[in-house]
Amino acid sequence: METYSARRTLSVRVELTRQLRRRRTAAAFGLVIALPVVVVLAVEFGSSAGGGGLADGDFDVFGLMASGPWNFALSGLFFSSAFLLVILAAMFLGDTVAGEASWSTMRYLLAAPVPRRRFLFVKAVVGLLLTLSMLLVLVATAFVLGLLAFGDGTLVSPLSGALGVGESSVRLAVITGYIAVTLLVPAGVAFLASVSTDVPLGAVGAAVVIVVVANILDAIEALGSIRAILPTRYAGAWADALGPSIVWDEMAVGLFYNVTVFVVLVGIAVLRFDRKDVMS
Amino acid sequence: MSPSHAGAPLLIERTTHVDSAVADPPQRSAGSAATAQGALIAVRLGVVAAGVSACIAGLAATLPPATTAVAASGPTPVTIEGGPTSSSDPTPVELSADLYVPDVTPAPAVVLAHGFGGSKGSVAEQANDLAAAGFVVVAYTARGFGDSTGTISMNSPEFEVADASRVIDHLAGLSIVETEAPGDPVVGVAGGSYGGALALMAAGLDERVDAVAADITWNDLESSLFAQSELGTDTPGVFKRLWTAIFFSAGLDSPPGRADICGRFSQEWCDAYTAVATNAPLTDEVRALMRRSSPASITDRIAVPTLLGGGQADSLFPLQQVDATAAQIRAANPDTPVKVVWHAQGHDGGVDESDRLETMTRAWFRAHLDGGPPVSLDFEVSRVTGSALDDRQSGTVEILTSPRYPGLAGESERAIPIAGPPQRILAPAGGLPAAVSSLPGIGALGGLLALVGEQVAPNQSAVFVSEPLGEPTRIIGASRVSIEVSSDAPRRASLFVGLRIETRAGAFVLPNGLVAPVNVDVGPTARRVDVELPAIVADVAAGDRLVVTVSTTDQAFRTPEEPAVYAVALAGSSVVIPQLEMTARAEGFPLWAWPLMTLGICVAMAIALRLGRPRADGVAQRPDLVGSPLVIEGLVKQYGEGVRAVAGVDITVSQGVVLGLLGPNGAGKTTTMRMAMGLIRPTEGSVFIFGERVTPGAPVLSRVGAFVEGPGFLPHLSGRENLELYWRASGRSGAMHLDEVLEIAGLGAAVDRKVRTYSQGMKQRLGIAQAMLGLPDILLLDEPTNGLDPPQIREMRQILREYATNGRTVILSSHLLSEVEQTCTDVVVMHRGTVVAAGTVGELLAGRSGDHLEDVFMDLVGSDHLVNAGPLAEGDR
Repeated sequence: METYSARRTLSVRVELTRQLRRRRTAAAFGLVIALPVVVVLAVEFGSSAGGGGLADGDFDVFGLMASGPWNFALSGLFFSSAFLLVILAAMFLGDTVAGEASWSTMRYLLAAPVPRRRFLFVKAVVGLLLTLSMLLVLVATAFVLGLLAFGDGTLVSPLSGALGVGESSVRLAVITGYIAVTLLVPAGVAFLASVSTDVPLGAVGAAVVIVVVANILDAIEALGSIRAILPTRYAGAWADALGPSIVWDEMAVGLFYNVTVFVVLVGIAVLRFDRKDVMS
Repeated sequence: MSPSHAGAPLLIERTTHVDSAVADPPQRSAGSAATAQGALIAVRLGVVAAGVSACIAGLAATLPPATTAVAASGPTPVTIEGGPTSSSDPTPVELSADLYVPDVTPAPAVVLAHGFGGSKGSVAEQANDLAAAGFVVVAYTARGFGDSTGTISMNSPEFEVADASRVIDHLAGLSIVETEAPGDPVVGVAGGSYGGALALMAAGLDERVDAVAADITWNDLESSLFAQSELGTDTPGVFKRLWTAIFFSAGLDSPPGRADICGRFSQEWCDAYTAVATNAPLTDEVRALMRRSSPASITDRIAVPTLLGGGQADSLFPLQQVDATAAQIRAANPDTPVKVVWHAQGHDGGVDESDRLETMTRAWFRAHLDGGPPVSLDFEVSRVTGSALDDRQSGTVEILTSPRYPGLAGESERAIPIAGPPQRILAPAGGLPAAVSSLPGIGALGGLLALVGEQVAPNQSAVFVSEPLGEPTRIIGASRVSIEVSSDAPRRASLFVGLRIETRAGAFVLPNGLVAPVNVDVGPTARRVDVELPAIVADVAAGDRLVVTVSTTDQAFRTPEEPAVYAVALAGSSVVIPQLEMTARAEGFPLWAWPLMTLGICVAMAIALRLGRPRADGVAQRPDLVGSPLVIEGLVKQYGEGVRAVAGVDITVSQGVVLGLLGPNGAGKTTTMRMAMGLIRPTEGSVFIFGERVTPGAPVLSRVGAFVEGPGFLPHLSGRENLELYWRASGRSGAMHLDEVLEIAGLGAAVDRKVRTYSQGMKQRLGIAQAMLGLPDILLLDEPTNGLDPPQIREMRQILREYATNGRTVILSSHLLSEVEQTCTDVVVMHRGTVVAAGTVGELLAGRSGDHLEDVFMDLVGSDHLVNAGPLAEGDR
């Protein structure tokens, strides 16, 4: 009488179907598509002030940005990585359990029964998948728009000069990958908060507050080496992929840090959820 | 209600005592299971113990050695009599010192000298570490600073160096210090900057010094403060006015309101500095004074192991200074062990490597004072690998080593062709505006200049550029270039020659912001100037160009007031760069990251163990209950301290019944139902469905369709999609019966509209339909008729009664008597978390005063003693 199998419950596919049709998902993807469009328009039709070329030591940010699709995609990442991507990652993981609780759908799924750990696992996987696809959509949009608007110039960095097509693509992939990794900590915080509250916005807010606090603490130099435990400490390490050769040290530490913190946060979330009385 | 079910036996159990588990499962004491469990626990304990000890060991190994090892006793303050106060006053100065004693004595000693403007306190941490490493350490405040008396004479042999000898005398008198001969302790001297020069001077002038470690200090004070990069000349260079001012200002402080021209300086040095700072020509007298305070005057007498550190980020005492000291010691005593380190920090900031350098100093003294393991004399160079985009002081460096120290010119030289026409450049009147190459005294921020790029006024610089380099090229040392300079009239010109890197992106990088100043006499006839460029460690990527710039101004230096125009041309056709084959020593992850990583792994492991912990949930199956849809035994749910939502409930439900769970709001009906669904963990007792214990996610829950406390749907999907997705998420197989349940929901065309457009009643019906998906064996409905119209309620009753045919069971809760009376075959009355009555509707009505359940209900829950007395006692019924 094997009519039920825990392995069949709430597959990633089903969960993706459930999440993809949400307005919120569409809005997030719309935002990351709109951002490069706005920047292209600003660069194309904005004032062309300061067109005197590069003076010694001057940083022509817009000129650098408009030097080709790789640079443009990179600038898209640069502009959004500090805050927009953090918020969206926090949204995708923070809303996932709390949102289910607020719709009252969680109790029916858990009573179906979707095993609790499987529920969290699928939720986390889908949240991360959405976050990653959003990041890729951002990069792809910016790349295509950059190609259309600025021609096919390869990656130019003030630190390493111009790079070839292959090298430029590798660098862009490394930076995109690393930024994805740095989103793990806010995502993990949001996920833990999501398990602890029935208010979706509360979970997103918790992650954002923690990122903001980390940024403030990171700015206080007097804290010294304590700052090494802050996520912001590792957020900028992707710049090491822009040098003459890629320097992995800092990024490797950042990768380890983010993955470990994420695993720990999700582990705590599972522990909490295991023993939680579902009252929603 | 089908009559065949009316007589179905319904077990009625009343709970009279709620604290003890009613039915102790018989399987619990099975011997073999206990043994297996014991073995499992033992294995787990082993794993936990191993993990914990590995974590502790890992943390202990990666954390830096505790600096508090000697803090228990702490340093002992002592006052040591130093050398004479001045040449006219033989009274000894009083030196304020701290004595650090290691655990084991007698031990070799180390004298620690501090930097300019500091005190014995500035080296306390290093002193602690050295003491922890087994040395008796004396850190003392140099004369003229802090609590020590006397005036500053810039490490003059008669004064500061004499003080150091008195400190060594003091050590010789201590029994805790190892001695070689009476009055001659085993002692090393260490210091950085001002203290570094003292260490070298003491090593040259006091024969008792056995080893020395000197960092970022001067070899020759004159060439440090008056920089001259023209090769083969002895004339004074360009005055480093900004650095000199900052350096000397540390000795010019005085109590507020009592300013004094000389501050803490001796009259001699005060006069010398005043003269230099007010543009007076550099007299032979001042030159001799500086010479006396320079290690260069005594390096030929240094014959003890010498560790020399030089900073790449140092425009005050650049690498040329450490190179000169090393060369002089070797020339005089070729057998002297000398180790040269070009690290990445310095007076301009740079990357913080102090941990590595202090560790190296301790190893150096252990090797040469304490018979410790030898320290390789390899030349070490730090190559900064972190990106310049981020001002990270803990940025990473790669250590390059070479078995031999080749000096500034490298092992071999390579000529890179450069070209450019002769150019006329302006030295503006007053020397302003001036180029900014380095910013003395602002520390780490100076590193940012490399990024922002120093500003060079175009008509103040001549530029000579190479072709793009064909291959990546590394420069370690000082490059050389020859230029020709002429002027319309004879004059003394100050020029600043820089070696810049133009990246392919068009950015100019001046490594470490260092320029080579030259002070030369020029006239109408072109004069050849051979320039030694700053010593740097730099990687030039393929495709980058080398650029030699010759500028007339630099704000850190004093330039002539008179305006002038110089014609500058290349004297050769190339810039000669030093080449040195070095081996990279992989540092792996930055040291500071290891403790953090170990901690992270430990926490993750702890959580993994916690997650993997087997649950002691009691018995999972009761074969004797396989035939019963639902059996609840001694169920208790207590929130926090005291509030018992369910206070001991026993219910047994037979197949084919429609059971009504009746009770006022707050009777514990919903909580009981949630526990039956595995949503809430019971405090005590258990729920069995077909003999299987209900836990969160128990597979047997797949035989239950539930509707509790209102419907739950994804608002952005239609009713049909919601049901389809729920079914796909439920993990159940078999027929879904979608059309049948949709008919029950009776939504009509609305079933394909988004749920957010539904009314409450529509959602309610859809929710009941969802519970019926797949026609589960048990239907668990909480207040199913809430929000339905009277006709719909009527219809729903019919549906539920029909559902319970074919052996299915329906359990519904309600606070409405009529509802239960008209729908159910059996009733359980709950009040205040307990079952107060149970039976068929007929049984409950029998023998009661009224004909309706309502009367019975009022009898049971409405009377005062029940309200006040809590659970009903057996005899009261």
